[in-house]
Parts: sequence; structure tokens; C-alpha cells
Amino acid sequence: MTNLVIVEHDNNEIAAATLHTITAAQQIGGDIDLLIAGENCQAVAEAAAQIVGISTVKVADNAMFAHHQAENLANLIVENAKGYSHVLVAATTFGKNVLPRAAALLDMAQISEIVEVKSADTFVRPIYAGNALATVQSSDAIKMITVRIISFEAAVESGGSATIEAISSGTDSGLSSWLSQAVSSNDRVDLTSARIVISGGRGMQSGDNFAMLQAVADKLGAAVGASRAAVDSGFVPNEYQVGQTGKVIAPDLYIAVGISGAIQHLAGMKESKVIVAINNDSDAPIFQVADYGLVADLFEALPELEAAL
Amino acid sequence: MKILVCVKRVLDPQVKARVKADGSGVDLANAKMTMNPFDENALEEALRLREAGLAEEIIVVSVGGGKTDETLRHGLAMGADRAIQIVTDETLEPLAIAKVLKAIVDQEKPGLVLAGKQAIDDDSNQTAQMLSALLGWSQSTFISDFKLDGDSAITIREVDAGLETIKIKMPAVISVDLRLNEPRYVKLPDVMKAKRKPMDKIELDSLGLDTANRMTTLQVDEPEGRAAGIIVSSVAELVDKLRNEAKVI
Repeated sequence: MTNLVIVEHDNNEIAAATLHTITAAQQIGGDIDLLIAGENCQAVAEAAAQIVGISTVKVADNAMFAHHQAENLANLIVENAKGYSHVLVAATTFGKNVLPRAAALLDMAQISEIVEVKSADTFVRPIYAGNALATVQSSDAIKMITVRIISFEAAVESGGSATIEAISSGTDSGLSSWLSQAVSSNDRVDLTSARIVISGGRGMQSGDNFAMLQAVADKLGAAVGASRAAVDSGFVPNEYQVGQTGKVIAPDLYIAVGISGAIQHLAGMKESKVIVAINNDSDAPIFQVADYGLVADLFEALPELEAAL
Repeated sequence: MKILVCVKRVLDPQVKARVKADGSGVDLANAKMTMNPFDENALEEALRLREAGLAEEIIVVSVGGGKTDETLRHGLAMGADRAIQIVTDETLEPLAIAKVLKAIVDQEKPGLVLAGKQAIDDDSNQTAQMLSALLGWSQSTFISDFKLDGDSAITIREVDAGLETIKIKMPAVISVDLRLNEPRYVKLPDVMKAKRKPMDKIELDSLGLDTANRMTTLQVDEPEGRAAGIIVSSVAELVDKLRNEAKVI
């Protein structure tokens, strides 16, 4: 078996999600090569070559890959997928955008968001917002896989010595062009890798009130997240969203504040080691998954919590 | 411009999926079904484009048997002009669905295809990207804003890091996110009117496509539940438990 892992990066650094994806490839077994497409991404290639267990790092360095648009990147994956038994990428918005396109061009199915490797052709994946786990066996010659990153540990980043190989970029399809990216100020602690996350829901009542969550988060070194209701209400930007269609996270401690606990929200956080719920409605479904529940007015509880830490 | 909107009939999002005792799948017998929520956003966007004079005709399309036509009727009641059901009792994988949709696109020649970013039953998040690939069109996924701009469109994508704005050449396949718009409510007269709108039924076999599944579902399990926790009486007790019992802070 030979695995090709598509590297997610910003032309400077490898995204942590890729390290978790590499671990899934290790569990499948066989050689692992990496594919990097970017612009002026030599630093990424050098870092990738240090990851333990990688044979070859294939690099397509070209301006058309600067922002990873799906059309050109999918074509590159198709060109390079031949001879591999598995092509893997993290189930992030980067991976979800490009891999189905490449899979269809190869006439291969895609196995989305695997959480467990049973064997080289059999995987477990959540369906119905994680309320069921399907074990599926693939008959395709190339298994095209996206990987749920919280289900696999990160691969070791240093100690490896892979070969770096420049590959042809192909031609620019010209189908799309990148214009801009708006990144909010949620840069204190990364939500997907944070050890502690404190999230707010509709009960927060306004975006300004999220400052109360941030104050607690600062004390704990935590990231701040939100339910869909809070994002839809415009309290915080979309990248805060935890849930079935937002980010799926599994921190050591998840504190849900003013979140009722809809199925879709639970799908994004129920793998957390310890869950705390603070809500004034003792019937809120969030209490059914919480290890510690506090029935209280969050506007009293949050300042008290901040003071106690 | 003609717009094709791809919709799927799914378990109602408010209903918790129950795994069958024999592990063969999820029990949908007598379950409340609905149009996939993201697909409603896709249809709503198409309707708004038509209302803005930027589209002439909206076709809703769905692949499935049983009561798939009910879901299409809902699309007609929302305001689509006509519907196409590709009839099959098989549960097709996204790749096969994309091949079927490509056949419909080849036939209908829309200038834009809209779909929800993922179906909330199998959570695959694949079909729009696959259809775009098979057509050789541009794609923009998970969008929360869409504007036509000559022979292109400017779209804002909801990505992990924030919002990404890209320009795509038309025709395109777009997958939409929930914050794109607020789907309209259907009123009773719309339901009545929808009954008279045309719905084509095409047998899957008549398309002559390879729609064989590439995956076998061996088993479907219920995930392990979480053990019931405790209710603490104060913030002080909570902090004490987190420090000394759970040892997470």
C-alpha cells in the first residue's frame, strides 16, 4: 500500500490537521508520501520532510496554488494519485472543498470524515450528526478519504528525513480567482487545537457579552467558540461555530454557556473529555451530556467564574 | 438564465436518528422527513435571483424513490417552476448522484447549479464538488454570499479561518451554507399552486449510467453514550470539581 496525504498549509506552515491525517495513513499502513501545492512554499516542504515516517514530499510550487482553489488543486491530485492505494486529506474546509472534485475526476467514491481505520479498505465514519457510526468497506482502486482530525493523534513533527521532489504544476484552468480573506480577531487561541474551549450560545444575548466569555477564556488559556444560534444572530463570526456543520472539536474541557444543546451542536463537541454546562434552564438537553451542570444565570455565573480562577 | 437546484429528502433535523437493533442502518420507518435544510437555502437563493430579474426558470431536481416527490412538491410550493425526479429505490452514493445530475444538466443546460453544502443524513459533503468536476465547471463551496458579476460571480465562502471571497467563471456549481439567506415559509395557496406545476419523472435505468455503489455498509452502530454527570450547586463547587476531581484546570 502507498498513501498520498495532501498537505494543508498557508505557504509558511503546515496546518496541524495534516499531522493528524498522517497518523490515519500510518494506521492504514505502507509508505506515505506528501503532496504540497502552494506558492513559495519551500519552508513547508522542508518542514514536511522532517515529519516521521514520510518517504517523499512532492512539491508543486506555482502562483496558481497560492490560495488552494479547488479546480487546479484537484487536477494536480488527479495527476499524482495514480499508483497510490489511498489519498487522504483532513476533513477541514480545505479538504472538503477539493477532495470530492479529485475523486469524481478519478471516478472514485469518497469516504468522508473517517474516525477509525478498521483495515486498509474498511473505515468507520459518523452519519446523522454523529448519532450513528457506519462501518463501510470500499471496493475502489484508490480510496479517497477525508479524516476527522480529532479522532487521530498528531504525527511526530521531527526526526524524519524524506526526499523532496519538485513536480509539474499542470496548466491553470482559469476557472476561479481568489480575491480576499477576512480573518477575524479570534486569533488568541486556535479553536480546533485548544485544550480548553468555552462556548456561548443564544443565551449570551449579544456579541458584546462574549467579552465575558473571553475574560474567562483568558484566565484558562482557552479558546472561545459558539453555537450556530449565536453565529446566526451575528454575535460572533462563522469561524467560531462548533457543530455538525461548523468545527468538530474534542478538547479536554468544554464549557457550554447559554447553549441549549441541539443535536447539531452536540455533534461538534460531544467527544470532549469533560463537558460543563451553564444554563438557566434545567431542562436544556445540554445537561444530558454534561459531566458538570450548573443551573444558573450566566450573567451572574461568568463573573463569579472569572473571579474564582 | 436557468437555474437547477439539487435537493434531497432527509430525516427532519429536529429528530434524533435511531439505529436499528440489527445494526443494518438508521430506522426511517414512519420518521418525519423534510427537505435537507441546506438545500432550502440553495432554493431560496435561486428564487431571489429570479425575483431580481437575473433568472427566468428554476428547476428543482432530486434522486430517489418513495416520497421524494413530496420533497419536490415542497420546492415547487417555495416557488420553483418545475421539478424533475430521477426515480430509483436504490440509495446512491454521492458520485452516482453527481453522474445523474450531470445527465440532467446536459439535458437542461442551466447557467447555474445550486445545492446544499451537505445532506444532514450521510454528512458526505461531496455531491456539488463532484458534479462541478464532471461538468468541468468552476465551483464555490460553503458560500454565505453570492453576486453575479458579468460572466462571473463573486462568492464568499465560510472557511475554517473566516470568510474567503473568490471570483468564479459562470457556469458554476455552488454549494451553500446556512447563513446565505433565510428560506421563506410556504403558504397554503403556494401549496395548492404547486400541485399544478409540472413534475417529470425519469427512471434511473433509462439514463444508462454506471451508478453502482463503491462502498458496502457492513454495520451501523449507535455511538457510546456519555455517562450522566452531576449538577453542582455553585460556581465554587464547579471550580473545585474541575480542579480536584476532573483535574482539567
